[in-house]
Amino acid sequence: MTRWHCALLLTLVLTGPAGAVQPGEELADPALEARARALSREIRCLVCQNQSIEDSEADLAKDLRLILRERIAAGAEDAEVKSYLVQRYGDFILLKPPVKPATWPLWFGPAAILALALCGGWLYLRRRSALIEAPPLSPTERADLDRLLAGGDGEGRQDQ
Amino acid sequence: MRRLLRFALFALPLLSLALLVAWFALALAPGRDPSLVPSALIDKPAPPISLPSIYPDRPGFSSADLQGRVTVVNVFASWCVPCRAEHPVLTHLAREEGVPLIGLNWKDRPEAARAFLAELGDPYERIGSDPGGRAGIDWGVYGVPETYVVDAAGNIRYKHVGPLSKQDVEETILPILRRLGR
Repeated sequence: MTRWHCALLLTLVLTGPAGAVQPGEELADPALEARARALSREIRCLVCQNQSIEDSEADLAKDLRLILRERIAAGAEDAEVKSYLVQRYGDFILLKPPVKPATWPLWFGPAAILALALCGGWLYLRRRSALIEAPPLSPTERADLDRLLAGGDGEGRQDQ
Repeated sequence: MRRLLRFALFALPLLSLALLVAWFALALAPGRDPSLVPSALIDKPAPPISLPSIYPDRPGFSSADLQGRVTVVNVFASWCVPCRAEHPVLTHLAREEGVPLIGLNWKDRPEAARAFLAELGDPYERIGSDPGGRAGIDWGVYGVPETYVVDAAGNIRYKHVGPLSKQDVEETILPILRRLGR
C-alpha cells in the first residue's frame, strides 16, 4: 500500500459524521456528555424539523442542547428532561412519538393490518382448498374406473 | 353469512381507500402549513415571566401584567424581517383597536430593539428584553414573530406563528378577543 492509500484510509476512518455540538458546549464528565448526546438525538429541532438538535446548526437547537446539558448536569433523569421540553413544545419535539391512546393507530396499526390480512388469507386458502378437493367416487364411478383400467369397454361410456 | 362476508371483502378495501383519500385531502388542503407546530400551552397558564424592559427607565414585563385583562403578547426581534412586515398590523391592533399589546424582544440586543422601534414606532405598552432567549423558550417560542393571546386569568388561549396579516387580525385575533370578553 502506498503512502497515499494509507492517507486516504486514515481520512475515511478518522472522519466520522460530525454533530453540530460545539466544543464549548460539552459537559466535562464523559458519562454525562454521552447521555446528553444520546438524548439530543431523540429531540427534534423545531426550526429544521427533520433534524435532531444533535445534528442541527440552528440557534434554537444550540439553546436546547445547552438547556438539556444544564438539566443533566443538575442531576435530572432523561425522562424529566424530556417532559420539560414536551411541556413547552408538545410531543412534536420528540422524534419518536410516545405510545399513548392517541398514537395507538400509529404504533399498532401496521401490525393490526398485517394480522387482519393474514387472517383473511388463511380463511381464503382454507375455503379454496375445500373447493378444490374432489369429492370421493361413487360406487358406480369406482366400478367404471376399475373396468376401464382393466381394459374393459365401459358400456358405451367412452367418448370416442 | 357467506353473502355478508363476500360483501365485506368487497366493501372494506373500498372503505379504507375512501378514508385514506379523505385523510390526504385534509392534509393537502390549501392554506395548511404542515411545518407549524401547535402550542402545547393552549388553555394552560402562561409560564411565569419576569424580564427587564428594553428601555433603561421603564418597567419590564412580568406575569402580573397578564392578570385581570385580556392581552396580546408579541414575540419580535430587530433582526427579523417578517417582524417588520407585521409591524403596521400590530400598530393598528394597539392604537385603533385599543388592545393591550406586550412585546417580548427575543434573542436581541436592547439597543438594536430600541433603534428598530425608533424607526417604525413603538406600539407596545411594555417590552420585556430576553437576549438569551430563555424566557421565550419557556413559552414554547421557536421562531419570530409569534403572537399569543392571553386571557384575563393569565392563560394562553391562542398562538399565531409567523407574521400577522390584516386578515389574521380581523378573522382570527379580534373574534378571539371578543369571545374572551374584551
